[in-house]
Amino acid sequence: MTTAVETIQDTPLVIGGRTFQSRLLVGTGKYPDMDTMVRAIEASGAEVVTVAVRRVNLDRTKDSSVLHYLDPKHFFLLANTAGCYTAADAMRYARLAREAGFNDFVKLEVIGDEETLLPDVQGLLEAARVLVQEGFKVLAYTNEDLVTALKLEDAGCAAVMPLASPIGSGLGLLNPLSIRTIKRRLHVPVIVDAGVGTASDACVTMEQGVDGILMNTAIAAAQDPVAMAHAMRLATTAGRAAYLAGRMPRRDVALPSSPTKGMLD
Amino acid sequence: MDVVINGERKQISAGVTLLELLKQLELDPRAVVVEHNRRIVRRAGLTDVTVSDGDAIELVHFVGGG
Repeated sequence: MTTAVETIQDTPLVIGGRTFQSRLLVGTGKYPDMDTMVRAIEASGAEVVTVAVRRVNLDRTKDSSVLHYLDPKHFFLLANTAGCYTAADAMRYARLAREAGFNDFVKLEVIGDEETLLPDVQGLLEAARVLVQEGFKVLAYTNEDLVTALKLEDAGCAAVMPLASPIGSGLGLLNPLSIRTIKRRLHVPVIVDAGVGTASDACVTMEQGVDGILMNTAIAAAQDPVAMAHAMRLATTAGRAAYLAGRMPRRDVALPSSPTKGMLD
Repeated sequence: MDVVINGERKQISAGVTLLELLKQLELDPRAVVVEHNRRIVRRAGLTDVTVSDGDAIELVHFVGGG
C-alpha cells in the first residue's frame, strides 16, 4: 500500500549489498497453519523472511519444508541459527543453511540463557568473526549493548540486530536510548529484532531511526495474523516516515496552539 | 548395515551412495542438505560418497522460524 502523499524521499534498505524496499522483515514460525502464514507475509509486504534449519521429518517430508509454501523467487530467505547455544553449533547451522543454495546471508543467533533467550555475546562474536571470514553476510542478533554492537561491526557483520525486548515476549521497545545510541554509532544497518508486541511498538521502534525491524511472534500469535501483518506494515512505514519528518522537541510545559492575541475583552 | 539418520538408527543396504540413500527415503536431493559424519556433502558430490556401517547422516531443510 502506498500513501497518497509522499513528501519525504527515503532511500532503500541495503544489507550486505542487497537492496530491499521493505523495512519490515518477518519470521515464518509459530503460525496456526501455512495458509495463514503465507497470507500474513503477503500482507506484511516483507521481502526478507527468516527460516530455521531443522532435521527433515523422515516420515512426513512432503509438507514440512517452508519452501513448499513460500516461493524463494519472491522472498529473500534469511536462515537463522535459532536454538544454538554455542558458537560451534551456530557455525554448523549457518554452513548447512548456506548449502541450501539460496544466499550467503545468515541471521546469527548464539543463545546464552534458556529462560530469557538473551544472546551469548562472547560466542556470538566468535562465530561472527569466523563466518565473516568464510564469506557469510552475518546479521547478528544481539542485545542492546553498544560495545557489543561496535565489536560486531568491527568483526565485519553486514547488519547488527539488537533486541527490543526478549524473543517472543511482546514487551515492545524497552530501551529506546540504547537503540538510538547503537544506530548513531554504527555504520552498518541496525535492524531491531525481537520483542515487538503490537503495531505501536513497531512504530516507536522505527521512530528511533533504525534501518528496519524484524518480527515473528507479534504477527503469528495475533488473533488475526493477516490483519496484524497489515497493521505492522503500516506502523513500520509510519514510524519510518515520522523519523524522517523529525519530531517536535519535547517540552515540560504547555504551549498554546491558538493565537494568544486577538482575544475578546 | 546400521547407520544413524537424523538421530535414528536405520538399517540400509550396504554400498549405497548418499544420493541413492536419499532416493530410498523419497527425498528430493534439491530440497535437503546432507551432512555425512559432520561434513557437509554438496549436491554434486552425493554420488561420490558411499555410506559405511556406523555412519552418522543428518538431512536438514528449512522450516518456519523467526
